[in-house]
Amino acid sequence: MNSNRKLVAMMLCLALIAIVVACAPAPTTAPTAAAPKPTEAPKPTAPPAAAKQTLVVYTAKEPDEIKDYLEIAKKELPDLELEVLRLSTGDLTARLLAEKNNPRADVIWGTAATSMIIFENQGMLEPYAPKGVESILPTFKSPKSPPTWVGVDAYETAFCFNTDVAKKQNLPKPTSWADLTKPVYKGQIVMPNPASSGTGYMFVSSVLQGLGKDKGWAFLDELDKNMAQYTKSGSKPCKLAGTGEFAVGISFGFVGLGLKKGGAPLELIWPTEGAGFEVEANALVKGTKKVDAAKKFLDWAIGDSAMKAYAKYFAIMAKGGFPPPEGYPTDIAAKLFKMDHQWSSDNRDAVLKEWTTRYSAKAEK
Amino acid sequence: MNGSATSVLAAPSVVDSRLSRQRVHQRLGVEGLLIRLLITLFAVWLGAFLVLPLLQVLLRSLQSKTGEFVGLANYVAYFATPAISRALGNSLYVSIVSMVVTVGLALVYAYALVRTTMPGRGILRTLAMLPIFAPSLMQALAFIYIFGNNGIFTRLTGINIRLYGSTGIIMSEVFYAFPHVLIVLITAFSLADARLYEAAQALGASSRRIFFTVTLPSIRYGLISAAFVAFTLAITDFGAPKVVGGDYDVLATDIYNKVIGQQDFGMGATISVLLLIPAVLAFIIDRIVQRRQVAQVTASSTPLGPKRHGRVTQAVFFAYCLLIVGFILSVYGVVLVGAFAKNWPYDFSFTLKHFDFYSMGGYKVLWNSLQMATITALIGTILVFCSAYLVEKTKVWAQGRSVVYLLSIMPLAIPGTVLGLAYIFSFNDPRSPINFLYGTMGILVLSTIVHYYTVPYLTATTALKQIDPEFEAIGASLDAPFYRTFWRVTVPMALPAIISIAMYFFLNAMVTISAAVFLFVPGKELAALAVMLLDDSGESAQAMAMSSLIISIGLGARVVFYLLTRGIERRSQAWTRR
Repeated sequence: MNSNRKLVAMMLCLALIAIVVACAPAPTTAPTAAAPKPTEAPKPTAPPAAAKQTLVVYTAKEPDEIKDYLEIAKKELPDLELEVLRLSTGDLTARLLAEKNNPRADVIWGTAATSMIIFENQGMLEPYAPKGVESILPTFKSPKSPPTWVGVDAYETAFCFNTDVAKKQNLPKPTSWADLTKPVYKGQIVMPNPASSGTGYMFVSSVLQGLGKDKGWAFLDELDKNMAQYTKSGSKPCKLAGTGEFAVGISFGFVGLGLKKGGAPLELIWPTEGAGFEVEANALVKGTKKVDAAKKFLDWAIGDSAMKAYAKYFAIMAKGGFPPPEGYPTDIAAKLFKMDHQWSSDNRDAVLKEWTTRYSAKAEK
Repeated sequence: MNGSATSVLAAPSVVDSRLSRQRVHQRLGVEGLLIRLLITLFAVWLGAFLVLPLLQVLLRSLQSKTGEFVGLANYVAYFATPAISRALGNSLYVSIVSMVVTVGLALVYAYALVRTTMPGRGILRTLAMLPIFAPSLMQALAFIYIFGNNGIFTRLTGINIRLYGSTGIIMSEVFYAFPHVLIVLITAFSLADARLYEAAQALGASSRRIFFTVTLPSIRYGLISAAFVAFTLAITDFGAPKVVGGDYDVLATDIYNKVIGQQDFGMGATISVLLLIPAVLAFIIDRIVQRRQVAQVTASSTPLGPKRHGRVTQAVFFAYCLLIVGFILSVYGVVLVGAFAKNWPYDFSFTLKHFDFYSMGGYKVLWNSLQMATITALIGTILVFCSAYLVEKTKVWAQGRSVVYLLSIMPLAIPGTVLGLAYIFSFNDPRSPINFLYGTMGILVLSTIVHYYTVPYLTATTALKQIDPEFEAIGASLDAPFYRTFWRVTVPMALPAIISIAMYFFLNAMVTISAAVFLFVPGKELAALAVMLLDDSGESAQAMAMSSLIISIGLGARVVFYLLTRGIERRSQAWTRR
């Protein structure tokens, strides 16, 4: 009997140790309600600075970029603990709108200007002019003063074309929107779902602006016949083309260049009708209790070191003087479609509704 | 343990029997109150975290987007849009096909393991359990690498099986449900009565006739149970359809799309209710059948051992099992290759770069998962075992105990996505008294415990039934309160069951996504969720790397639990040997 009790006690101890071990080596995690107080864990020998302030950042930027930027942020904003939620543009927009009355984010970072205009109309943004905002080109920020949102860069539509699959299946290289509707590409094209992805909406919006509503929807109907899948994320179509799962991915330029560098047999194509583009912007969430910390972050996010880091990924910058990333054509500006972002924003709800009724069956789950 | 029996037993041990009787009665009165209180507490916690949230889902399905009562308008809208309502038929189709295929495959496998004398039965059984350790989207990812448009199989043979859609979903569900179904069928085959076979043989029945007139009828309850398990796993699974569903809509993913993608909570709730109906129906059928099974094995039954079959038959069974295990192993192999290959399928040179998980904040998600799984195992085991004890071993307040029993077996019928949505409704409301739990690890632990409550509960009940009720009577006669008997006798005797309960909670907490996908907040992502998020952004290699780490942790935990069980069995289970 006695040994049994010891055994039970031992088991409980083991379990407790397991918890402590599980909690202790996670210094970046804030203590959670369910976990025991981390007092058992040895205190790190870091300077006894004032407690770090936690800032909740919502972003639609790509995961691999975020990693680079956060390394810099960690060095330059030592007293901020950044909790970053990364979602695709559409999901992030839906989430922010749903949390409107009870916002959980302190700042929005690198999210489509199209969505920012919606947030602005809903009164969800607190106007703020971050340090150095005057150097941002006027088309990249909200026309208000102080601005409600401030852009940093823009991404543009590009087709990722797998040359290996093309050779095997005898596919010609598509160079324009119109090419994509040719029957030879049936089941070979993937594009992002515009309801969840900013890249997807940017493409649909450029088509509707370029061809007009009637012709635009007729084109999208034709395109749908060739479409294998509508993915949730904007970079996934290019990655799927990269592994040869599908021949053509409608995506954005930088992701394709990165994959190409990594050895994927891809060719990048900017459509002849013009490549749609979307501005990525930052904003302060109205109602945040951490205004000072949030402003500090927003200042940093358009500062020189951050901009320099963005410029490694983006050919189109909100400030002059950055060379385009390796592999980009030098005349990228000439390949862009003249986007009307106000139109994109005003018509977003209606376009997405129409799109969902027409094509949602093929949307990725 | 009624009053008079106890006092009769207690009387001779004390000199002044009158005084002692009074004391025992007092003790029983206090104890009775304590037990009632504990039973009430268990009923309240299951009511608060299971029944109320589900009622909220029902309520929300009758409300418009803005919260007004609209009756059945959402359901009408659902069935009026064929593009959406197709999902109901699709869900039923893939679940029924997966059920038939899984049960068929596992039936032969279980027969070979239990009834033949083929070599390597132990290892074949262990290897068939492997899919339990992986998140359900992992095999779907692996199938893309094998059978996708540019998969290995497709390129080598030139045959494209058109994976995306029902084909891929069914294949993944079969793979995922196979070990679960196998366990049920192995048990069913092991329970057979050898006397029936002897009688059949003595009467000159052919082996085929014996199979159809003796074997199949004797495992019919097991078969129904197995079918239930396969059907429920398939219709509630969220991972596989998400990865290989293509343009094929099913209910479980539709809920997610409506809620997370479009923030349409009313429609999400409506689809949840529609998903609940088949799941609950299957559950009720299974319960009714289970109740009948009790009398099947009697004290005079003779257990049926493995029997040597003809050489050819034996070889066919062996080859069949090898084929299945080979398939399972190759899926795992593909995951490993995918995790370590530089650029699948163009560059297979070795790299560790997919293990850096930068987009997930490095290894934080694994620590989150480990922490969540450990706490879930600890708290879940205590809750499950104590409530099973109260229901099974105490004798007061029968109605209260049957309420707790009913509430404890209910979670088996509740799909994870529905539970997750239900928790958003009950926790995310600022007026809710439990709002503070929203966005913490606590809510993930809670949802996981409730989601996986039933199987451990039934395990505990079975283990407790095997312990002679005399122990409670003797404890009472020795003047020991019930909790002392519980702690000193019941717990040590049931330790193997307790450990397997903890194991079950731990493993499932490591791989679950269906409820968690609604409940995680930044900084609290779990490893299995990370697999999904990585796949969403097209990082399949990283998703495979993360899957392989989850599997390693699961297998590691399995070994630790195995060693623990062995050590403990040697000490505390001496009573089972003579």
